[in-house]
This record gives sequence, structure tokens and C-alpha cells, in this order.
Amino acid sequence: MYNETVMDHFEHPRNQGAIEDADGEGEVGNAQCGDIMKIYLKVEDDTIADVRFQTFGCGAAIASSSMATELIRGKTVEEAWDLTNKAVVEALAGLPPQKVHCSLLAEEAIHAAINDYRVKQGLEPWEETGGHREGHEH
Amino acid sequence: MNTEKRLVYMDHAATTATRPEVAAAMVPYMTGHFGNPSSLYDLARVSREAVAAAREQVAAAIGAEPKQIYFTSGGTESDNWALKGVAFARKAKGNHIITSAVEHHAISHTCVWLEKQGFSVTYLPVDRYGMVDPAAVEAAITPETILVSVMMANNEIGTIMPVAEIGAVARKHGVLFHTDAVQAVGHIPIDVRAQNIDLLSLSGHKFRGPKGTGALYIGPGVRLDPLMHGGAQERGRRAGTENVPGIVGMGMALELATAEMEENTRRITALRDRLTAGLLSIPETYLNGHPERRLPNNVNVVFAYIEGESILLMLNRRGIAASTGSACSTTSLEPSHVLMACGLPHEVVHGSLRLTLGEQTTEADVDYVISAVMEIVQRLRDMSPLTPAELRSRPESG
Repeated sequence: MYNETVMDHFEHPRNQGAIEDADGEGEVGNAQCGDIMKIYLKVEDDTIADVRFQTFGCGAAIASSSMATELIRGKTVEEAWDLTNKAVVEALAGLPPQKVHCSLLAEEAIHAAINDYRVKQGLEPWEETGGHREGHEH
Repeated sequence: MNTEKRLVYMDHAATTATRPEVAAAMVPYMTGHFGNPSSLYDLARVSREAVAAAREQVAAAIGAEPKQIYFTSGGTESDNWALKGVAFARKAKGNHIITSAVEHHAISHTCVWLEKQGFSVTYLPVDRYGMVDPAAVEAAITPETILVSVMMANNEIGTIMPVAEIGAVARKHGVLFHTDAVQAVGHIPIDVRAQNIDLLSLSGHKFRGPKGTGALYIGPGVRLDPLMHGGAQERGRRAGTENVPGIVGMGMALELATAEMEENTRRITALRDRLTAGLLSIPETYLNGHPERRLPNNVNVVFAYIEGESILLMLNRRGIAASTGSACSTTSLEPSHVLMACGLPHEVVHGSLRLTLGEQTTEADVDYVISAVMEIVQRLRDMSPLTPAELRSRPESG
């Protein structure tokens, strides 16, 4: 059901774990699928210096968490914010149609973690425009 | 842990391997003895006699008369036929059907369809073990009730229902009683007369017969409309050329399963209990279904804080085939209606694992599965944000 890239990230998840003194944390859940994803960020010079995840969920949810953290590591906070679930699915070389919504969770968890970081910095949280998600399958 | 690639099949409730001697016995009815049982020449007589012999084998296994056995394409057809056939044959008498909340979809989806045709259906709740209370059946019967359908044993949690008592209640009120015995036939003793059963569904591939074979037992005096219209096969009640090789295979497989039932039950129950004890040694792990009144081969547990599809994927990589009630393992994204009906919360249903044993399961298989599951549960709990600190295998590092 899953391709080898997905299975590789599921079986050897990158950046799994927690960051004790994280600069930003975000937890989101999807009751429909029973997935919960938590993202921890360390930010240095407006760059994602470290990122970790914890996920309760299916193979697609775990693989999406792993891939999403890989994609934002070393990026600026703005670049990390712009990561779309479509980019995660593409990097995973595809997910079964009924599992695409699991990748959306990774995008939402990163947004929640970034806004937690921004609020802690005394900045305004960014708004979910939803614009860049148009046309995605979920 | 042992990482060598082996196959440990722990999904016998889904299907079983056809016995080699059964497959061999079927071949002549595809090649030399290919005659249509409805034809008049000698070639057809061989086919006709083979079907008659299989009918006797199936009847003997459930305490029925051969003339009360009707061959079908499987459990789903038998269930559809029993429900739709009785509903339409008795609709002048009433339009109410009683069933349970934990039936197989072959029953529950048929009931939903019958509701659209104007019938009214009561879906009885179950207790935490998945049992229907016969007193609740009696309380649900109205003057409009024409049929009660409650499964003999549940396919997910293995709970064995009090069918004899439910059948007695139905009989007392002049209501027909059907039971979906797909998971029970060939695995536990059945006597349609002693258990007050009017209609019973069975499926060949659940007891090491071929797929695409099944039967409906129709008791004396039971009227029901045909599901399949056409020729006069099966005494005019089920049209379509008989699946002669399949019928031969199913009859032989059921005769063998019945003869070996006592020995298999003793051996497999011991393995099941070993597996259950091993899994329950994992913290925050709970058994689903009834602790005693359950099928000899069924183990169903939930592990807190993790999700079932992830467990299955990791088991598969270790060569272990199993099943889960998690929504994430299905295309519909619906969690197990059986576990939900037993009162388990949504998030707990996601962490369920069903392991169903078979004749070929060994003690070494069971021990291999226990150690694999222990390792997988720990790995997934380490990954989950829900896991309490005391259940994590190592401190989180930044």
C-alpha cells in the first residue's frame, strides 16, 4: 500500500523525539483518522536549527512527520511556514488518496509550532490564509 | 530479536489455506468429472452424486438433514439470502427485524438496505464483552417482528453469543431465528436443533475449504424468497449451476475439521492463552471480547497510546500477518463498529490488534509474535506524544 520512500521514513523516522527547551511547540490532532502530531523547534538566527516530532498515528502520519521535519531543518522560519502538505507528499513520492490528509497534519503542526515560537518572541502569530493549500487533495 | 524473514500467519479469521488433500479432491471435478449436475447423462450423475455427498457432510457437521442444506457462493450470499429472503416472504406478517450492533457487514449493511425498502430494524446493544442479552431480544420483539439475526461468534473479538437462549426466545414468540455462524462452523460444536436455529450461514474458506463456497441451512417449515432467480437448482430455491469442485472441497474440509475439532481446540486454546498472557504482560494492554466465552483461536487486544496500522506494518516487515480495528487501516477511515459497540473510546479502538491462530500455528510462532509485538509497541510508544514518561524506554534528548 505504501511505496519504499514512505516505508523508509516510517521504519527509520528522522528527527523523532522531543526537545526539552524548545523555542516553539505545536500539537495538532485529527480525530477522524486518530492522528496526533507534535512538533518541537529550536530557532537560531531566524533559522530552524533543530526540529523533532512525536506522532501517534498510522504509517502515513509517521512518514509525513519524518519527511516534513527533514524538509524544514536548516530553513528560515518563513520558508518553514510555507511548507505545504503537497510538498511533503511529493517528497514522499506519493501517498494513497485516503492518506493524503495525514500529510496536512504535518503542515498544521509546523504552523502551530512556529506561531508558538513567534508568541514567545513577543511577535504576532501569523494567520492561516489557507491560500497555498488550494487545489490540494484532502 | 530474531530478524530472519519468516511467515507467521495470524489472520485465520480472515481466511485459511485450503488443505492440500481438499484441493486435490477438487481437481477431478474441474477436469474429468466436469458434467453439469442438471444434465441427464452418466457424466452428470457423477457430479450430482458428489454434490449429494457434500450435502451430507455439511449437514452432519451442524446436526441438520441433507435436504436442509443449500449451497451458495459464501457467507455473504447466505447472510443476504436469509435476511432478504425472510423479510420479503414474511412481509405480510410484519416488517420488523432484530439484530445486534456487532454483526458482520454482510448482515448490518443488508439490514440498512432493508430499512430503505421499508423494513424496520432494531440493532441491539452489547455488553463490554460483545454479548447480546437474550432478555433484550425478548424485550425488543413486537407483534411486527418477523426475524431475529444474531451471529454465533464474533469475527473481530471472538465472543461466542448465547444463540440457544436467543433461539428459544424467538421460537417462543413465533419469530424466525437466523445466525451468521461463519466464524463458528468447523471451530466449535453446533447443533441447529438443540440451539433452536431456523437459518444458519456458513463459509467454506474459514475452515480450510475453498473460497467462493458457502451454505445456508434452512430449517423445517421456513419460507423464504429466493435471492438468485433462474434455473431449478437447489430444489428451486437457489438458481445457478452448482460450483461442483467448490462444493466437494467444502464438504470434505468440513468433515475433516469436525473430526479434528476436539484435538485442535485443545491445542489451539493452549496456544491462544499463551499468546494472550504474553501480550497482556505489556503494560496498559487490555483484552477485548469475553475472557472465557470466546473462539479457541481468537486474541484481540488494545495497546494504549499507539495506532494499529503502524503495528501491522511493523509486524508485516517481520513476516507476521495480523489485523486491526483501527480506522487508519481501512479505506473508509471508519473504526471498528464492534469495538465501539463494546464501549471502547475512539482513540483506544485505534490501538487494537487481532491475532487469529490456526492448525499450523506452533508454540515457536506464538513466542516469536510476542517478542515482535513487545518490541514494536515500545518503539511506537517511544514515538507517540501520548505516552507517559514512565512507559518510555529512554529519556528524550534535545
